[in-house]
Amino acid sequence: MIDALDRAIIDRLQGDFPLVERPYAAAATALGIDEATLLDRLQRLLDRGLLSRFGPMYQIERMGGAFVLAAMKVADADWQRVVDQVNAFPEVAHNYRRESAGGTPFNMWFVLATENAGAIDELIRRIETVTGLPVFAFPKRKEYFVEMKLTVRG
Amino acid sequence: MNQVFDDTDRRLVLATQGGLPLVAQPYHHLAGQLGISPAEVIERLQRMLTDGVIRRIGAVPNHYAIGYTANGMSVWDVPDRRVDELGERIGALEFVTHCYHRPRQLPEWPYNLFAMVHGGSRGEVLDKVAVIADLLGMEYAHDVLFSTKI
Repeated sequence: MIDALDRAIIDRLQGDFPLVERPYAAAATALGIDEATLLDRLQRLLDRGLLSRFGPMYQIERMGGAFVLAAMKVADADWQRVVDQVNAFPEVAHNYRRESAGGTPFNMWFVLATENAGAIDELIRRIETVTGLPVFAFPKRKEYFVEMKLTVRG
Repeated sequence: MNQVFDDTDRRLVLATQGGLPLVAQPYHHLAGQLGISPAEVIERLQRMLTDGVIRRIGAVPNHYAIGYTANGMSVWDVPDRRVDELGERIGALEFVTHCYHRPRQLPEWPYNLFAMVHGGSRGEVLDKVAVIADLLGMEYAHDVLFSTKI
């Protein structure tokens, strides 16, 4: 169960965590609780998997790295082999099977993350060599501003 | 691009990418780990926030666990001259969590605008995609890709 305090923490602490000596105390005050209660709740929200992390969200591109969405067309008969081959690359994250109503041929979607933007093309070639299938890259041209706004449902 | 990302920044990123320490004085804790002062930890984090290396600092919810069990990647073929205007408007919708202009891959892939939509069910995601279609105001080709397996 998510109680009112859990919900307030998840919904209201998604950004602007203070950069001060005792930031949890400052954030707790804003929520009307004390520091120890907030620390305890955060630990439990992490343990229960309601939060995946608490801390800075980094933007790898700003550090010289690259983060590229990529897709492949994989036949069902080859699916498991290709998943295993693709996921064996440490640079691959968030590999999802996606299905569409609109007849889109790409069904495997994943993110490639490299510390050096120049390494992406070579990585794609290596994945193509190992799997024997083409990899289509969808690097972002522009990112549009979104609010941080997914609040607890229900 | 940030010009002054140095080795200490790099070590600070590595020390915090899994999260901040859950102790009363987390920046002091990090300072001890990295061998720099707490003030320097705070200053570096502040600079990375200003430069956009850090997007934000706070709680990162697990979308699935907080009730968003369906996610659909909606993709749209809009005229290139309108992509920025439409991208800004779609990004402002409360149920869109990511919105990007990306290249088409012709002939297989005509779509140049990607908007991730989260909801409690596929039906709810499709209803929200219909809201985007209304906002676009024209019949632009689009598709919605639902994740089925991790």
